[in-house]
Amino acid sequence: MAEVLVVVEAGVKKVTLEMLTIARGLGEVSAVVFGEADQAKLAEFGAAKIYTASGADVLDHGAAPKATVVAELVKRVSPAAVLLASTQEGKEIAGRLAVKLDNGLLTDAVDLAADGTATQVVFAGSTIVKSKVTKGLPIVTIRPNSTTPVAAAASPAVEELTVAVSDSDKLATVTQRVAEQKGSRPELTEAGIVVSGGRGVGNADNFKLVEELADLLGGAVGASRAAVDSGYYPHQFQVGQTGKTVSPQLYVALGISGAIQHRAGMQTSKTIVAVNKDAEAPIFELADFGVVGDLFKVVPQAADEIRKRK
Amino acid sequence: MNIVVLVKQVPDSGAERTLSASDNTVERGSASNVINEMDEYAIEEALKIKEAHGGEVTVLTVGPSGATDSIRKALSMGPDKAVHVSDDALHGSCAVATSKVLAAALGTLNADLILCGAESTDGRVQVVPHMLAERLGVAALTGARKLTVDGSQLTIERQTDEGYEVVTASTPAIVSVWDTINEPRYPSFKGIMAAKKKPLQSLSLGELGVAADEVGAAGATSQVLEWTKRPARSGGAKVIDEGTGGEQLVAYLATEKFV
Repeated sequence: MAEVLVVVEAGVKKVTLEMLTIARGLGEVSAVVFGEADQAKLAEFGAAKIYTASGADVLDHGAAPKATVVAELVKRVSPAAVLLASTQEGKEIAGRLAVKLDNGLLTDAVDLAADGTATQVVFAGSTIVKSKVTKGLPIVTIRPNSTTPVAAAASPAVEELTVAVSDSDKLATVTQRVAEQKGSRPELTEAGIVVSGGRGVGNADNFKLVEELADLLGGAVGASRAAVDSGYYPHQFQVGQTGKTVSPQLYVALGISGAIQHRAGMQTSKTIVAVNKDAEAPIFELADFGVVGDLFKVVPQAADEIRKRK
Repeated sequence: MNIVVLVKQVPDSGAERTLSASDNTVERGSASNVINEMDEYAIEEALKIKEAHGGEVTVLTVGPSGATDSIRKALSMGPDKAVHVSDDALHGSCAVATSKVLAAALGTLNADLILCGAESTDGRVQVVPHMLAERLGVAALTGARKLTVDGSQLTIERQTDEGYEVVTASTPAIVSVWDTINEPRYPSFKGIMAAKKKPLQSLSLGELGVAADEVGAAGATSQVLEWTKRPARSGGAKVIDEGTGGEQLVAYLATEKFV
């Protein structure tokens, strides 16, 4: 059975386990790990082989050297497909790989069938598309929260790849990595629950309310573009057209009117609830449950109620 | 500094968008086509760099003949000239083919710095900057929320999920920007009038040495097999808070097993 390469960026994220689960339907799964990763976890979810590549040459120059590593591996093992995460860097590696191999690629798939047919959700979640790579092997990036990871234990052989990285792959250099506060909350795109605040939250300080509810529910915090543009919350937490696309089990919209640009990033969420003082806000057209009211009264009361029930 | 800004015309994301029933490509025939919003931030950044360091700003667009509207709008913000690659054979091109055409056009423009938006609002694929870097052999600094130019040295703050990375490279390079990088200027009346007279060069595929069967549906490396409209969500229960809204919300979350 042909190998299926699953590219793992630093660490093992939930989307990694989803990719391993999907990849098992296409062939024998080989993880390609850049830097450190929890190999036991990769084994637990069915990686029959683990390739590792590390060192500053590979890790500190963005997507270029990583794409070279994957391209060389593709030429060597002729895999049935290459899966990457739909993260910024995952897509960048995929793009370079497609050019190197003169190959097609598909991004943001939510499913990938055994015959290589990918399912994508496009145009603000309004349209479902089935597509196929028609030139070369399927190179597909998988969106987080696409499937439920299923364990399937394997005992992988580990091979360390030795790669000579050329100067042309080292044109850009990462000189510093700065972590900005996120606390212990789950990653926004991977979270099962997302609690987002909008313009109605009023100011940066009031976002504590949003954070409090998120923490009580064990969720991630998001923000609408209006809130981000007003400086209430950092851009990496923006949900919508020019930010992240999320698809959690539960999406809680607080003080968000629900402009189409916001809906673009959240309307495939399983359950949506909303609190907004404007009864005509478009967010209520999507919400499975809506409260028309002042979020500064409703949210603290909800928080108290959750504490009582715990 | 010779700066080229990549500008894409896209269907307005605020309007109803669809794929074409006949060939499964993005329906671009509607009247509501606009400049891809993120590209306006790239134009602004280019103009700021020109103002600080001198040079020339060229807009480069690959797209149908109707994209001229967006090119003139882009020019009205202040760039000096534009190049429009237009050819009937381009219809239905995939990202791989589009990057091939852009790379060929960039090959004629000798840019020190190529600026573009981090993603388009139609495809949202985010791969073109790195594809171009790969084809042209230039550095890629992508996802910038801040760009500093010091001679030929470029430094960006790249937005990441955890925070940001500082990434550096020398020109020539391609830099893609998020909408947090600046506040694009509005075209002035003078700018709008001036844009009508700015040089706009049209290039065909033949002039770029790209064969028609390398692009469009003929050269596509992926294909849409079928598409369907997702059923629209419909709103559920809506209660008006009369003092127990928070409790009712939690009661609902409890029935759905979130609490």
